[in-house]
Amino acid sequence: MTAATLTAAPLAPARRPGLAAGLRHTLTLAWRSLVQIKHNPMELLDLSIQPVMFVLLFTYVFGTAISGSPGDYLQFALPGIIVQNALFATMTTGFGLNNDLTKGVFDRLRALPIARWSPLAGRILADTVKQAWSVSLLVGVGAILGFRLGNGVVGLLGAFVLLLAFSLAASWISVLVGVLVSEPEKVQIFGFMVIFPLTFTSNVFVPTDRMPGWLQNWVEVNPVTILADALRGLLVGGPVAGPVVQSLIWAVVLAAVFAPLAVRALRRRV
Amino acid sequence: MTYAIQAEGLVRRFGATTALAGVDLAVPTGTVFGLLGPNGAGKTTAVRVLATLLAADEGHATVGGYDVRRDAHRVRQLIGLTGQYASVDETLTGTENLLLIGRLLGMRRADARVRARQLLADFQLSDAADRAAKTYSGGMRRRLDLAASLVGRPQVLFLDEPTTGLDPRSRNELWDIVRGLVADGVTVLLTTQYLEEADLLASEIAVVDHGQVIAQGTPEELKAKTGGQILTVRPADAGDLPTVVSIAAEVAGATPEVAQTTVTVPVNDPGVLPAVVRRLDQAEITVAELALRGSSLDEVFLSLTGHRAEQDGRSDVELEWMPA
Repeated sequence: MTAATLTAAPLAPARRPGLAAGLRHTLTLAWRSLVQIKHNPMELLDLSIQPVMFVLLFTYVFGTAISGSPGDYLQFALPGIIVQNALFATMTTGFGLNNDLTKGVFDRLRALPIARWSPLAGRILADTVKQAWSVSLLVGVGAILGFRLGNGVVGLLGAFVLLLAFSLAASWISVLVGVLVSEPEKVQIFGFMVIFPLTFTSNVFVPTDRMPGWLQNWVEVNPVTILADALRGLLVGGPVAGPVVQSLIWAVVLAAVFAPLAVRALRRRV
Repeated sequence: MTYAIQAEGLVRRFGATTALAGVDLAVPTGTVFGLLGPNGAGKTTAVRVLATLLAADEGHATVGGYDVRRDAHRVRQLIGLTGQYASVDETLTGTENLLLIGRLLGMRRADARVRARQLLADFQLSDAADRAAKTYSGGMRRRLDLAASLVGRPQVLFLDEPTTGLDPRSRNELWDIVRGLVADGVTVLLTTQYLEEADLLASEIAVVDHGQVIAQGTPEELKAKTGGQILTVRPADAGDLPTVVSIAAEVAGATPEVAQTTVTVPVNDPGVLPAVVRRLDQAEITVAELALRGSSLDEVFLSLTGHRAEQDGRSDVELEWMPA
């Protein structure tokens, strides 16, 4: 121990951190979540290979049977696959948060003089960056396989923004689950048990009219169907305003219900 | 005397369990204060309240003169926290973990880098600086944890069971680091279930059980409380044990304890030694060991709580009354 290890003066200002400081903390903590990828390349594979594999498998295995040709099917299914991938990706927020809570990292952060909301905000920001990467990859692979944009760059950007907004809202569900369960693996189990049936009972992979009547009733109100329709409208063409507005309403409802629940659960747990 | 930590009447309940049942503490600035107690005694809850992580249901506390509730943000600028519940990020390297804390504390990137390098060198982690923390050994992990809590040069350091599960060498290294910090003027609140650790490091100890401080003082004061001394007799022939027990009971006026073939009993009067020798001689008992010594903290603990302190994970620690 050298004498220089310790001197009295604390570094941070005496008052509670303001918005600017909180944003700086958020950026630093987002950096932390992203730099983890460097040491855990498996995560990058998760973010990249799984979505690409889904596109390839569905296009070439089911494409001809459902739409007559892989090309036509890709045009129909890619927007929905992007939605499914985004919903799965929201689970990483809860997984990482639960990891921090159970391993004690969250307590270390909370004992620092940083903005109270920055640990959560940093994680969500990092996960949004990961989302953006996955979406770009899916659109890129789709383009190579012959996916054609119907509304040009404007449609692409619109789809991008809508998807990130919806994911941000849906990630509050993930935060709530991450706070409530005892270990990170349970977040993944939850994701599998809920998101899998939710995305398959939508019109992501199969057109609604090819399903049994009783199922069609559910498929038509499933928010995944609505978001998939919105993305189809923006990326391929067809009705845009209706599904986009409905998707945004869903996003607002999800955030309004789950954000307070998640924050309350977090306050009770720590 | 100034106090770095003061707490009055801290109460904290979790459902039906009362983790803290009215804890008062006063830790003089620049000292090591030991919170000693078994698992579940409320030590960690006390640390979490003092480190602003948990609100007490009743009572209040100050750290560095600031209220842990009202001025939590100021308190956080003064403290460092290391222990079971405050850990580094395993997926990051040693350097990245310390950089993260430095940046969050508002240091410039270059300054944070210098500080990280310096701490890693101080804690003999330079060689492992660029390896993920999950590859570290237990002792290295604990040193990195401690380094992370020192990035901001805290005036008050909370060490929550810092050596639980460490091998003797790593434990000694950590103790040396703590001594160095105190020499530099840091106040340390140490929780431990190991009597030896509290005895060696702390200048004052509060014994905690069931959420309450049941005794407080210097290690010597606490040892004196039990009557001061312990008589140890080990007969050469184990068949003589019952006779030895009855002689010890009679002379000391207390119920002796038997561990394997060794009989121990607390005594108040040093004059008992010749009496014991006489009685053993009359009974024609040959003794392998006969001693009178100051009581260990463990005996203090036993007499205060009615049960021994936990010894799990510490088979390497030999207790004073055990036969060699």
